[in-house]
Amino acid sequence: MTNGTAKLGTWAGAALLAVAIVLPFVVYPVFVMKALCFALFACAFNLLIGYVGLLSFGHAAYFGIGSYVTAYTVKAWALPPELGILLGTAVAALLGVVFGWLAIRRSGIYFAMVTLALAQMVYFYALQSPWTGGEDGIQAVPRGHLLGIFDLNEPLVMYFFVLGIFLLGFFIIHRTIHSPFGNVLKAIRENEPRAISLGYKTDQYKLLAFVLSAALSGLAGSTKSLVFQLASLTDVYWTMSGEVVLMTLVGGLGTVFGPVVGAFIVITMENYLARYGSWVTVIQGIVFVLCVLAFRRGVVGEIIAFVQRRTVRAPGAATPAHAPGE
Amino acid sequence: MRKVLLGAAAAFALTAGTAAAQGISGDVVKIGVMSDMSSLYADVGGPGSVAAAELAVKDFGGTVAGKRIEIVQADHQNKPDVGSSIVRQWIDSEGVDAVADVPTSSVALAVQQVLKDKGKVFLMSGPASSDLTGKACSPTGVHWTYDTYALAHGTGSALVKQGGDTWYFLTADYAFGHALERDTGDVVKAAGGKVLGAVRHPLNTADFSSFLLQAQASKAKVIGLANAGGDTINSIKQAAEFGIVAGGQRLAGLLVFITDVHSLGLKTANGLVITEAFYWDQNDETRAFAKKFEAVMKKKPSMVQAGVYGAVMHYLKAIDAIKTDDGKAVVDQMKKMPINDFMTKNGKVREDGRVMRDMYLFEVKKPEESKGPWDYYKQLAVIPAEEAFRPLKEGGCPFVKG
Amino acid sequence: MFELLGIPPQALFGQLLIGLINGAFYAMLSLGLAVIFGLLNIINFTHGAQYMMGAFVAWFLLNSALGLNYWWALLIAPIVVGITGIVIERLLLKRIYKLDHLYGLLLTFGLALVIEGLFRNYYGSTGLPYSIPPQLAGGHNLGFMFLPNYRAWVIVFSLAVCLGTWFVIERTSLGATLRAATENPTLVQAFGINVPRLITVTYGFGVGLAALAGVLAAPIYQVSPLMGSQIIIVVFAVVVIGGMGSIMGAIVSGFGLGVIEGLTKVFYPEASNTVIFVIMAIVLLVRPAGLFGRAR
Repeated sequence: MTNGTAKLGTWAGAALLAVAIVLPFVVYPVFVMKALCFALFACAFNLLIGYVGLLSFGHAAYFGIGSYVTAYTVKAWALPPELGILLGTAVAALLGVVFGWLAIRRSGIYFAMVTLALAQMVYFYALQSPWTGGEDGIQAVPRGHLLGIFDLNEPLVMYFFVLGIFLLGFFIIHRTIHSPFGNVLKAIRENEPRAISLGYKTDQYKLLAFVLSAALSGLAGSTKSLVFQLASLTDVYWTMSGEVVLMTLVGGLGTVFGPVVGAFIVITMENYLARYGSWVTVIQGIVFVLCVLAFRRGVVGEIIAFVQRRTVRAPGAATPAHAPGE
Repeated sequence: MRKVLLGAAAAFALTAGTAAAQGISGDVVKIGVMSDMSSLYADVGGPGSVAAAELAVKDFGGTVAGKRIEIVQADHQNKPDVGSSIVRQWIDSEGVDAVADVPTSSVALAVQQVLKDKGKVFLMSGPASSDLTGKACSPTGVHWTYDTYALAHGTGSALVKQGGDTWYFLTADYAFGHALERDTGDVVKAAGGKVLGAVRHPLNTADFSSFLLQAQASKAKVIGLANAGGDTINSIKQAAEFGIVAGGQRLAGLLVFITDVHSLGLKTANGLVITEAFYWDQNDETRAFAKKFEAVMKKKPSMVQAGVYGAVMHYLKAIDAIKTDDGKAVVDQMKKMPINDFMTKNGKVREDGRVMRDMYLFEVKKPEESKGPWDYYKQLAVIPAEEAFRPLKEGGCPFVKG
Repeated sequence: MFELLGIPPQALFGQLLIGLINGAFYAMLSLGLAVIFGLLNIINFTHGAQYMMGAFVAWFLLNSALGLNYWWALLIAPIVVGITGIVIERLLLKRIYKLDHLYGLLLTFGLALVIEGLFRNYYGSTGLPYSIPPQLAGGHNLGFMFLPNYRAWVIVFSLAVCLGTWFVIERTSLGATLRAATENPTLVQAFGINVPRLITVTYGFGVGLAALAGVLAAPIYQVSPLMGSQIIIVVFAVVVIGGMGSIMGAIVSGFGLGVIEGLTKVFYPEASNTVIFVIMAIVLLVRPAGLFGRAR
């Protein structure tokens, strides 16, 4: 990573935080909360694809189970919201342990297919179990009072609660990437046999990254269920897994801010295109195609590449397409 | 003196306050038409529902109580979370006063919850679930066109009367399908018939042959299709192929729209018995509406689209009568006024929000009886509102007394 | 009369046959996917949309001024859709061959969204009617079940197409060239064979197979813009189970999974959409390259 991009990263982070604090006063808060939940989800997903090189096509499972567990415990057992979210995250992490243990034996497209298959089973379970409410989902989930003090029914209180959760998740991911653990992950992505020959038990590292990613996806799902007061089959369906891939791709695979930017772009698109009705899928498809053909590095990846071209004019600084640096 | 002034000021403030509460919020009456614009129910509601709402506004004169009427639209993609978040945004930041249509029961239930909390009007035409005026009812919700109970009763009791006293169900495996199967089964049993069994198929199944063979083996006289959209179309199409109708068994489509018949073609669909609230070729008034609608949409209206027109019209009339768009007040007014339009005669909005109107039993024509596209139905019977819909007491709507 | 798990054996025979018929569709679709993956290394997510286009072309032909019937559609639809495939390959796909599989998947996924969206805008979502050709109407009572003639035709025709394709690729010199080009394109190019053209034609052929399956499906399923997206995920699973890129694997697992799905519809109908994924997970965990795949 060059000095220029590091500085850019810090500045961008500070600017984004400032925007995040002002945003709910300018834009409709629920919309920003939705985008933040998906941004966290995309960041968690990016941890796997961007830093371990594993494309999961079944992340909806963790997002969805987190969403269902939180919605159910908060509504049926009247748990306080913080406990409900904790429980949702824990169950998602547990699911991540089981699925991850099975899936990390495979790589590439087979890994994607195993995760898809496992996620479809979770979908089937959610459809069949009585406690998930079938296609009606769990509706009218109460938001409750955070720690018994803050009334989450106030849009702004809820907003800063969601922002706090997002920042916590983002911080965990950031620390992970820049820890020695994160460096081993990147080594595995670049050359797994070499990492093994250096004495690393790569499977353990991959599993740990997988569980972390699953847990944070669950956290995002749990928070989402409180924001919308709803957990539904949409959260566990395979299209949700596809959506998170789209967000990460649009923003930039393997970049810190890419998934956040990607999530905001996709959510904004869905939100404002909704009134164009049936043209939404056509426009989404065109965005997909354009991204793959022209902006493979994603929005943030392209910006980083641009800055790098400007600051480092030395040749050979080009980054591989799938990992434009951090 | 000072006291008098204060009193006068207070009195003034009070009247001003009530006037504001009773006026038209934001100086515009905004109706959000939310439908499935791109998937399963896009032809039943979809862009046609938006067109119907716009027609109603135009026919009403474009303004109500001196204020502008505006229509906005959105696609809920059949996802409850998408639907509820759009509605929240509409109300919180765009000043929408009423939401219309919303096919797909799961989305409608989520939207009903939001609108109940916010005290805004819900004009339901597309959704089927009778829970919307039952345990999930809302003081500001009006269920306009039809519901699962009416479909089950209309088709179920008519077929038992014609001798179809043993039934087997092909049920879409989700809450809506289960409800339709249960309601129809109850009707069949009450009329002296018997339910021999049921098979549950996953939503959006392409091939029904396996399920149809099971239904065929049951030897039931009637095969009830407790599913919707593409699932119903595929089951009917394949039932014809497997010679089920030719073999003497009858198909009962419990939720079939005229657009489905159009898609099947009369060759496959003829003989189906269908309960609907509206058919474009019933009388001069319905034909006149269909003509207006066709000028915009290039096809005949479905009952859902016709219902959107009727509901929006009645809503605007209620606002005109009391000069406010306050949700609760408008719906209370809607409940006071009788409904008389091209598709509803002497109808009324019941206390729980159910619109009481006659339903019709149709049979799909044979190809040689049809004069051309959209000439599909012949009317078998009129089902009076009191028979068609669930009695008020049995619904379990919490705010209905007694 | 003995019964197997509460189902009389006659009924079971019927269900097995039905499963085999559904398997015929899976086999034809996964065959096209396998051919494309084998040579282009692209996971063609557009396959479902191209299957749908095949059915629509059949509908157009019947309702156009020419009024061309089902048999013409069987010939013309694969060619028309195949040509659109060639255009897609020339304009878009050839730009991403050197990249990770992921990008091919994403690009074709985007294309599928565009194609389906456009069809939906013009033809709505309920679907269009298409009847069984009169020559194949009716059916025979086999004693244990009523078999519509059209279903019998589907199974015979698709078996012929599948085996024909397998023969061309595995047993002819053209097929040998194709297989060589997948292993080492540079070397094959050095022999004076135009590899890029070979790739283009192969893609067109794979897409044509999808369209052919679409025409076969038109009379029994709905001709609707959504028909492709409902089947594509299942077909993916079939290809993965058979082994990506394996022709025989695609055919055998296509028919096999059709049968398994058919049996699930009898014993646990609710799970019939999920059973294929359960099998996929198990197969991948036990035999990572699929049942017939070679580890690459």
